[in-house]
Amino acid sequence: MATQLAPESMYRNDEGMGIWEHRGKVAAVGVGHSPTARRWDGKAETSVGAWSILALRRAIEDAGVSPDQVDGLVIVPVTTTGAFWPEDTPVPMDIVNSFNRTGDPLDGIAQLSSEWLLNNMPELTNVNFTMYGAGCMSNALNVASQAIGDGLTHTCLVLKAWHNLEGRYYQSGANAHDAIPGTAALKSLWGAPACYGTALQFAEYCRKYGKTHDMMAPFMTNSRRNGLMFPEGYWAQHRPEELTAEDYEYARWIAKPANLFDNDIPIMMAGAYLFTTAERAQDMKQKPVYILNHASSNAMPRSLTPTLDEVEAETAKTGRKIYEGAGITAADLSFENMYDGFTEFHQFHIEGLGYRGIKFGEALDFYQTDISIEGPNPVSPSGGNIGSGRSRVWLHTDSIQQLQGRAGARQVTGVKPEIAVSGGPMPLGGNYTVWSATPD
Amino acid sequence: MVKQGIVPDELTKPFFDAANDERLVIQNCTACDRLQHPPAPACSQCGSGDGLEWKEMSGRGKIYNYGVVYDTPVRLLQVTQPFNVAVIMLDDDPGIQMYSHLPGTPPDDVPVGASVEVIFEATANDQKVPEWRVVD
Repeated sequence: MATQLAPESMYRNDEGMGIWEHRGKVAAVGVGHSPTARRWDGKAETSVGAWSILALRRAIEDAGVSPDQVDGLVIVPVTTTGAFWPEDTPVPMDIVNSFNRTGDPLDGIAQLSSEWLLNNMPELTNVNFTMYGAGCMSNALNVASQAIGDGLTHTCLVLKAWHNLEGRYYQSGANAHDAIPGTAALKSLWGAPACYGTALQFAEYCRKYGKTHDMMAPFMTNSRRNGLMFPEGYWAQHRPEELTAEDYEYARWIAKPANLFDNDIPIMMAGAYLFTTAERAQDMKQKPVYILNHASSNAMPRSLTPTLDEVEAETAKTGRKIYEGAGITAADLSFENMYDGFTEFHQFHIEGLGYRGIKFGEALDFYQTDISIEGPNPVSPSGGNIGSGRSRVWLHTDSIQQLQGRAGARQVTGVKPEIAVSGGPMPLGGNYTVWSATPD
Repeated sequence: MVKQGIVPDELTKPFFDAANDERLVIQNCTACDRLQHPPAPACSQCGSGDGLEWKEMSGRGKIYNYGVVYDTPVRLLQVTQPFNVAVIMLDDDPGIQMYSHLPGTPPDDVPVGASVEVIFEATANDQKVPEWRVVD
């Protein structure tokens, strides 16, 4: 039977659901990453499929389980960064056929199925539960957490992988055509790039609260600094360059008020985790990191693009859901790893959380204080997508590693790492996980 | 500034046919008495597809917000960068938004909150599309 997309019933979308019924009963015990690259070099061993296998095997090894103990696999089948296989370019069948392929030749090259992974990981002999999360690792984590809690699987791999191809992203396909379908035209005809919606919300935010774009600079330099201490990340591996406030302020605009650095750099990578029950986690190699709650936002804007009012209402609601299900308050958060790619999302997320007591309109002032990993108020200690490239994975990996005490040079020192929250991407439309060093 | 051509589909044909007649119409759910844009097969509030109709608008609105695009992914528009992309809210219902290049308004010189009126602009395949200009 083909793997299905997770049903809506697996997500915690609503307020008033109370404490999550599996609070503290699911744990992350293994982390695995592939290397990173800016774009695919066309080799089999660096394809998105090959790197997914590598990340999964590393997560299994990190957890210290044997592959035959794995009985679940939750992945995100979409792997694009915005690059799609060109219509006029033949699929490289020598690469496709170097794996145990499925019926779709792009499987393992520009998308991913659980069937393809299981065909190419013969050591996974006992996987009897597979499911797809939509879009992001944040989504797949919610699905895996609920599946383990519900007893659908007890030792489950979770994967998100990304392919990136030659050329500038989103510039192929319909955007290169002379005419487009009517439904798409109502949104895309005006030529706004991907960051435009966030830039709009940020523009309204600045007008409403009297803030300016340059006030983002401390967040940017902090994120790159943290990213350069993330050895699994793109900037640390390939371009170990600091970002200065001047670099940021004088960068070219993409969609003003969002500039080049407000956009995360598209990369290739795969990230994987091993989740299991809290009970079973006791016997594994790594210190378990327990999941206190998962929460989701499935809100839609009234019309074409979310207004600031819609954004603030939804992030506040998401914050309430996150805390309610975990049985915690904002004061319990040791740090936050909310989404940042585009950067101008981040202040919406942390204001919705009320992180360190900040209210709407206060995040950019908060950025002017000590937000470093050494201080009492760490902001995005992972460095996020801005610090390590577009994966939507670093925020989760860092939360796990911080609570395990193995974040290396990135380890927070100004606070005791006990409870963290990570997730995203959109203020309207995201998935969140609350992590804890202890199950209660 | 020539936009990509448009091939109306089943959902959007009434909208674009009206644009060719220089009329602005928006989908309306008669059961909820609620406008929605972009159009959808069912009302986003009550979920019914039975009571959807197309309602003519006054063609007046306000500039709610804008960004200035310096790096568009759309090939046909790259020669005209930078350009405004504004969000218009209709006077008939400020919850309904439409995008606009604001022809006649210089990039980044956009009067947020100003009144605008609809005009109709031909795209690359002569299909007309609603655009908006600032009312003096």
